[in-house]
Amino acid sequence: MIPVTVNGTPLTVPPGTTVAAAVMRIQPAFRRSVTGESRGPLCGMGICMECRVTLNGHPHERSCQLLCAAGMEITTP
Amino acid sequence: MTRTLVIGGGPAGLAAAWAAAQSGQAVTLLDDNPALGGQIWRGDIPARYRRFLDPRITVQTGVQIHSASQLPPADRIILATGTRELFLPFPGWTLPHVLGAGGLQALVKGGLPIAGKRVVVAGSGPLLLAVAAYLRRRGAKILLVAEQAPYPRIAAFTRGLWRHPAKLLEAAQLGFGLRYRPDSWPLRADPGSVTLQGHGVLRCDYLACGFGLVVNTELPELLGCRVENGRVLTDADQRTTVPHIFFAGAGSVDRSLLEGQIAGFGPERGRALHAARAAAVAFDRCIDIAFALRSELLSLTTPETIVCRCEDVPFGAIWPHRDWRSAKLQTRCGMGPCQGRICGPALAHLCGWPAASVRPPIFPTRLENLLDLRD
Repeated sequence: MIPVTVNGTPLTVPPGTTVAAAVMRIQPAFRRSVTGESRGPLCGMGICMECRVTLNGHPHERSCQLLCAAGMEITTP
Repeated sequence: MTRTLVIGGGPAGLAAAWAAAQSGQAVTLLDDNPALGGQIWRGDIPARYRRFLDPRITVQTGVQIHSASQLPPADRIILATGTRELFLPFPGWTLPHVLGAGGLQALVKGGLPIAGKRVVVAGSGPLLLAVAAYLRRRGAKILLVAEQAPYPRIAAFTRGLWRHPAKLLEAAQLGFGLRYRPDSWPLRADPGSVTLQGHGVLRCDYLACGFGLVVNTELPELLGCRVENGRVLTDADQRTTVPHIFFAGAGSVDRSLLEGQIAGFGPERGRALHAARAAAVAFDRCIDIAFALRSELLSLTTPETIVCRCEDVPFGAIWPHRDWRSAKLQTRCGMGPCQGRICGPALAHLCGWPAASVRPPIFPTRLENLLDLRD
C-alpha cells in the first residue's frame, strides 16, 4: 500500500491508484472554477483539466493521469 | 529497417505496433497515459490481446513531448490518438458528482472504490451498457441506464444483431439484469440527484454521462493531416493526406484493432484485412444511425448553463456570436486549459460551428518546458 496525504489527511492506496482516485476517496471536489464552483474530474482521461491539483507544491497537475507515489502531498484549492 | 513511430497505446496503437514489429519494422510506441491500453482498457488489457505486447516494441508511457527533436527518428508515423466523450451541457452538468461514463470507468480502473455507490448511467451509445456492466461488476448499484435514442431505433438495432451473434451475446451478457431505458436523458442535475426525461428524479452518488465519442484530431491536424467533419481522412491503407503519416482507430474496438493492423503491416499484408475492416465500419455505421442524437437534446442547454467549464462561459453569452473565433475572442469560451476539447464539440453540436484550428502546444505545458527548448 502507498501512503499519501490529501489536504493533510493521511491515507493509503493500492499500487496503481491514480492521484484523482485518491482524492475521491476523501472528497468529491477538485479545482475551483474561475467563478468559484467546485468541480469534479469530468473526463477521467486527461482531456478536461478539471481534476487539476497541487502535487508536492507543483500546481496544475492532471491528477487523473498520474499515479500515486509514496509520500505524495496532494492538495486541492 | 523501417523505423515506425506509433503514438497512442490503445487498441489501435497496440495492434499497429504489434503488426509493424511482426513485419520486421523497428517500432517505438509512445503514450501520455501512465499505462498502455487506451481509455477503454487503461492498463487492464484483456488476455486475448496481450499478444500485441511484442517484446521487440520499445514502449514509453507517461511521456510528454515538447519538440520534434525529442522524438525518435522515424520513416513512418502511425497516429492512434483515440477518442474522448461528447458532453452536452445541461443544467447542473458542472457539479462534482456528474462525470463522463467512460470517465467514471477510467477513474474506477484508476482505483476509485465504487462498491455500494448508486450510479445513474445516461447519454447515448453502446458504451453506456459496457460502463454500467463494468461498474456493476465492481459492486456499484446501477439505478438506471438512460439512453436518449428512441425505443423503435434501439429495437431495430437489437433485431439486426442476429447477424452478429458474438455482439448479440455480448449485449445480452452486459445488459442482463440492468434497467435499460430508451427515450430517457438527463434534464438537470442537482447535488446528489439527477432528473431524467420520462423518469423523474433519482438520488444518486454519481451520474455517469456521455453522448457519444469525439475523435482526438488535434495531433493529426497539427501535423498537417486533413480532417473533415471530425474525422481524419485516410485511404484504404490508413494513410492520411501526409504520405508518411497513418491514422488508425476512433471507432469500436474491433474496428480499431483492424485499422491498427492494416496501418502497422503496411499495404501488402494489410490488404487481407480490408474485408473485415469494411464489415466493422458497416457495423459502426449501424451504431451511428441507431444512436444518433435526437433534436430535443438541443434544448437542454439553457442560457444560464455553463458551456465552457474552463472559463465559466454561459451559453447565453455565446448567442451574439456567429462563429467560434468571435466567441473565443469576446467571451474567452474555449480559451482555457482544455483548449476547447470539451466545449468545442458541444458547441459544434449546439450551434453547428466547425472546430477552430489547432496551435501548438496541443496540451498546456509549463513555461520551463518551453524555455528548455531554447538550449
